[in-house]
Amino acid sequence: MSALTVLWRRELALAWGRGGGPLLALGFFAAASAMAPLAMGPSPAHLAAMAGGVTWVSLVLANLLSLDRLFERDYEDGALDLLILGPLPLEGVAAVKCLAQWLTTGAPLALAAPLAAIALGAPLAAAPMIVGAATLGGIAFAFVGGAGAALALASRRGGVLIAVIVLPLLVPPVIFGGAAVAAFQAGLPWRAPFALLAAYALAAAALTPLAMAGACRNAVS
Amino acid sequence: MIERLDIESLAIQRGERVLFEGLNAQVAAGEAVALTGANGAGKTSLLRAAAGLIRPLAGRVRFFGADGEIEAEAARRGGCHLVGHQDGLKTHRVAGEELVFQTRWSGGDEAAALAAAERLGLGRLLGLEVRMLSAGQRRSLALARLIAAKRPLWLLDEPLAPLDGRGRARIGEAMGEHLRSGGLILAAAHDPLPIAARVVEIGG
Repeated sequence: MSALTVLWRRELALAWGRGGGPLLALGFFAAASAMAPLAMGPSPAHLAAMAGGVTWVSLVLANLLSLDRLFERDYEDGALDLLILGPLPLEGVAAVKCLAQWLTTGAPLALAAPLAAIALGAPLAAAPMIVGAATLGGIAFAFVGGAGAALALASRRGGVLIAVIVLPLLVPPVIFGGAAVAAFQAGLPWRAPFALLAAYALAAAALTPLAMAGACRNAVS
Repeated sequence: MIERLDIESLAIQRGERVLFEGLNAQVAAGEAVALTGANGAGKTSLLRAAAGLIRPLAGRVRFFGADGEIEAEAARRGGCHLVGHQDGLKTHRVAGEELVFQTRWSGGDEAAALAAAERLGLGRLLGLEVRMLSAGQRRSLALARLIAAKRPLWLLDEPLAPLDGRGRARIGEAMGEHLRSGGLILAAAHDPLPIAARVVEIGG
């Protein structure tokens, strides 16, 4: 079995158990979405107009929730040294970690996102668009968030620091994703914001592993 | 395959302090070198610099094979094991899973991992979570990958510290075998190693 498969299985198992795994992220997402009607009042027309945006913001926060342990545990117990001396380049290791994080957190959240949006009053027809945007957005959140997690290594209270580093970088996917969902709902052309969201996700997946590898090497030295 | 490790006028700085300067040492195939020195002299830093994890202030670490010098990055990636103070084991994972991952990641296979565990007396512990193991058992588990995945250069940081007499004897035996098959060992150790080793003192 190749080193890549071995690493992928381990990262999947670790991501599944990290900080409560997908269940915790889903629970947080449900709780955060449920806050909206409490804060903004129960008027259905009002809520339906906000449904897409509220879902999207809750999604970003839920995605960031379990990111702080992405590299930290390997750093603390010395496994990062082992990963650095392994057969794959560290950039590849970082990408595998982020993909496992996306599959165990981002993908379940993407499936849950339309449920929350519809419960808040979004039309049923918007569901495929929300899943699509949340899937692509999840990739961007996992990779950019992973870069934040690597940069925050060796600092105490890394979790809050990651949110502060990462949230500004997540402004573009939030804008593009929110715009794609809103345009789709209104029957307007949605392809342009959706394509920009896809471009951001792909660029994040291609570029952030370099930053993560650099930050990890710096943290162990 | 690494046949010689050259440390050439190496200097390492941690923070504001230069730990040592102008250190020269060589490890040849079939040879064990024990690094000694006071606490804080830079033994761990030297091992981590040899593994490429720390960038030295000056000097370099070079690797040579049968056909001349090997590029350092390539030599380290497939050719060296580093076992430090931290075992790299996840406390809530099952010991067997961790050992098999570490072994496969380092280029060995599952059968070799299980055989190595059996040899170090860990056979019946493999089903337990790592947090249930004692410090000595954890260290044995971390050392098992040295036996299971063949790599020529062993960089060991106080490898025997938490081990009992029997554990030390078993590791000593494995070290002897490794040297006879042309391996290299560079180990930081306060206690004498259980095998014949040339002593290099740091900061002396």
